Amino acid sequence: MKTLKSLALAAFAVAISGSMMITGCNGSGTAPKADSSANDNAMIGAGSTFDNPLFSKMFSEYNKLNGLKVNYQSIGSGGGIQQLTSKTVDFGASDAPLNGKQDSALSAPVIHIPVTAGAVVISYNLPDVKDTLMLTPDVLAKIYLGEIKKWNDAKIQAINKGVKLPATDIVVAHRSDGSGTTNIFTTYLTKVSKDWESKVGKGSSVNWPVGLGGKGNEGVAGSVKQTPGGIGYVELAYAVQNNMAFAKMQNKAGKFITPSIASVTAAANIDIPADAKVSLTNTDAAEGYPISGFSWVLIYKEQKYNDRTADKATKMLKLIQWMVHDGQQFSGPLNYAPLSDKAVSVADAQLKTVTYDGKPVLQ
Amino acid sequence: MISMKNNVKYRIGKSTGFQALTILLACSCVVPLIFILIYILQAGLTKINWHFLTNLPKPVGESGGGIANALLGSIIIILVASVIAIPFGILCGIYLSENRKSRLAYWSRLCVDILQGVPSIVIGIVAYFWLVKPLGGFSAISGSVALAIMMLPIIIRSTEETLKLLPDSLREAGFALGLPFHRVVLKVIVPCGISGILSGVMLSVARIAGETAPLLFTAFGNPYMSFNLLKPMQSLPLLIFNYATSPYNDWHDLAWGASCILLIWVLALNIFTKLMTRKWKVQL
Amino acid sequence: MKSSVDTNLATRPSESGRVVSLKTPDTVSSTKRIKRSFRQIRAENVFRRTLIIVALAMVALVLGIMLTLIFQSTLSIKSSGLGYLWGKTWDPVRDIFGAYPFILGTLLTSFLALAISIPFSFAVAVFLGEYYPQGWFPNLLKNTVELIAAVPSVIYGFWGLAVLVPIVRSFETKIGVEPVGLGIFTSAIILAIMVIPYAASLGRSMIHMVPSNLKEAAYSLGATRWEVIRSVIFPYTKSGLFAGVLLSLGRALGETMAVTMVIGNTSLIPKSIFAPGNTMASVIANEFTEADHPVYLSALIELGLVLFLVTVVINMVGKRLVGKFTNE
Repeated sequence: MKTLKSLALAAFAVAISGSMMITGCNGSGTAPKADSSANDNAMIGAGSTFDNPLFSKMFSEYNKLNGLKVNYQSIGSGGGIQQLTSKTVDFGASDAPLNGKQDSALSAPVIHIPVTAGAVVISYNLPDVKDTLMLTPDVLAKIYLGEIKKWNDAKIQAINKGVKLPATDIVVAHRSDGSGTTNIFTTYLTKVSKDWESKVGKGSSVNWPVGLGGKGNEGVAGSVKQTPGGIGYVELAYAVQNNMAFAKMQNKAGKFITPSIASVTAAANIDIPADAKVSLTNTDAAEGYPISGFSWVLIYKEQKYNDRTADKATKMLKLIQWMVHDGQQFSGPLNYAPLSDKAVSVADAQLKTVTYDGKPVLQ
Repeated sequence: MISMKNNVKYRIGKSTGFQALTILLACSCVVPLIFILIYILQAGLTKINWHFLTNLPKPVGESGGGIANALLGSIIIILVASVIAIPFGILCGIYLSENRKSRLAYWSRLCVDILQGVPSIVIGIVAYFWLVKPLGGFSAISGSVALAIMMLPIIIRSTEETLKLLPDSLREAGFALGLPFHRVVLKVIVPCGISGILSGVMLSVARIAGETAPLLFTAFGNPYMSFNLLKPMQSLPLLIFNYATSPYNDWHDLAWGASCILLIWVLALNIFTKLMTRKWKVQL
Repeated sequence: MKSSVDTNLATRPSESGRVVSLKTPDTVSSTKRIKRSFRQIRAENVFRRTLIIVALAMVALVLGIMLTLIFQSTLSIKSSGLGYLWGKTWDPVRDIFGAYPFILGTLLTSFLALAISIPFSFAVAVFLGEYYPQGWFPNLLKNTVELIAAVPSVIYGFWGLAVLVPIVRSFETKIGVEPVGLGIFTSAIILAIMVIPYAASLGRSMIHMVPSNLKEAAYSLGATRWEVIRSVIFPYTKSGLFAGVLLSLGRALGETMAVTMVIGNTSLIPKSIFAPGNTMASVIANEFTEADHPVYLSALIELGLVLFLVTVVINMVGKRLVGKFTNE
């Protein structure tokens, strides 16, 4: 009985402190804003899941150099843009450049800084086919539109002469969650297929005509791996890490290209406009893999907003500068494509345009 | 006579048949749980060691690394959520059990039922609009509030159900001694039902320990140790969610280990609650 | 709150005070007593008021959630109108938002899950409530079944993906439907497992409450066990059993992570129970992070609002029905 009594008392004490806490929280609603600018050795970023492994490595290395604690959360490219728009993060990261709708939601101009490039590979599950499959843009679009339904379809057979293709159904898999990967893939299909452009279009999540959705790379890979006859698109790094079979794609120059770090960097070695908003899909580069894309860090051009200090702006720009130059050494081992020289120079030019209270931050 | 005998046999046979079916169905419920336990333990148990529990996660390409920040973050977020939810929940439960027929009780009971059915991600969204946006940034406290909202229905229900089961004579005896209402409730009724209430509290903690969705847009996550309630904080389910969907085996290992710890933690809480209720001989 | 603590402190010295008061004149002790009782009354009032405030706050909380959802989804309500509910296409690229496929998916998975789980959960309820109410094995079973509800749903999702999906796939190959593995059927099975404890534990406690003289009367008339269960226990407990089923339904409707991982996630209208689909909760989980323009985000939040309203309706209906049964 004594324990019960003391427990009851304890519960009651908790009750009082709890109700105090609630009122306390309501009362001090404005306090943390002033607090947040004082602690400047931390940076918050959010966005692309695709960038997350590379960023975790880069930021951990940068932490060893400078002691800056960068907290990057992979909530998705769209989420990153949303959070940057509502100014809850210091920088966003996205696999897709801002579109008109997103631009109009922003209160101030945002600049795109390319930090890495990646490829989307077409992975398939045909246990009896030993050779690497080759695909043309037209066939790929028709498969994803549901017009080609069997693996031994004459159109596939015509590209892969001498390969004995089975008569199994093609089970199409795609990402169910909105993702930059999907954006790169659908942008590509929109460029190469009129039918796709009119029926489906491009975006981070689209209304798929056929197929199964899987959540994340894992979900798609799971569907492909477990279903004989499956086909799906996943990130290069994921396919390599998991020893998945992936197809050679025919590029604009007519060559069949194996996706690799080299062929993605080649795809990115094109003329990049000053705002860096360029899609690498269906690249003109002769040795470039056609389904690839940049990933960008997004920051406000004018860094004086809310109560940010000049110090914080400088620290962030130094960080991004480091990522574009020294940080690139970490991409290769993680199956990301290092930036091409042209991309680096565009990134540098973009960084120089960032201002704090009207004055450039980097000299 | 013969037909009647047959009839009796038939009836008894039917009864036995039903009994057998019931036993079969009842026991087969447990099978999936056992499968799940074995699967997760196999995948995760080998990954857990002292290093795993006390170190920060490492970036891709460096093996090793641990989940210390997530463990600590989870504990802090849950503690704060409990501090918010427990008093509120218990008081509301007391109101509901003491005012069974009132109009307010009807509506607030309905609200409890509704709240129980609201998907966790919706609560996450709401917490985002209530706390993250006005505060100007992600914070552990906003995650705690989201989780506290999820704890409420369980605490309220268990408090109400426990207190309802107490005999009215207890209450009446208290009043007959001239005790005021609040003392009857706090000194007689609540202590009598305390074990039931506490097990409700623990069940609610177990329930939210594995929630991912409400934390995604509130507590946000953090690769470093953090003790600041107004800053982003890591937690176990977030870590599992992020690392399990990554392409790297090192991170998968972390995710499996963390899943295993989460599962053990949640089950231990439940089993502890069970033992506690049995020791205090309460019927829930 | 504070004053109730004061009275706790105030009453303690008064016990010794009472001993003193025997020696002092009556008037002193009576004023003291009056003061004390005033304080008691005030504390009592404060306590009662606190309880009412808390209960009101509960209502306010849920109303607040609803208003937030309504407010955040106005954009989508304005642009899609009521057609949102039966619009058959969900196309974020062209800003066409129709929730019909997800509403259908939610209803299909939840009711299928209920249909699968009810025999099991009732079996557990009867087993523990009637056949074997005591002993180590029933105890173990009861606790284990309750543990089913404790496993985090992310973990159910993982397990479903790794273990259940291949099983369903081979089953689908046998019966000759497209062997996908993921889909409404698979998520219904996962949900069925997850919701068993809710109906089971409520049913068990209801069956426990059946007065033994009712059962004994039936036995004395020569009824077999099955007949007692069918004609005494079930009719007596039907409202409780039904409430348990509703509890399960509510849980199934809102379940997010586990379903998301195994349902196949397509925005197409499911053609059969083996087809992949999407539920309202799974769409929110899948697309919320990538909703990159306000209308899209708002359409997703409206989905949350619909889900919220569905749970409100189910709870209202459930209350009515349970009330009716108990009145009979």
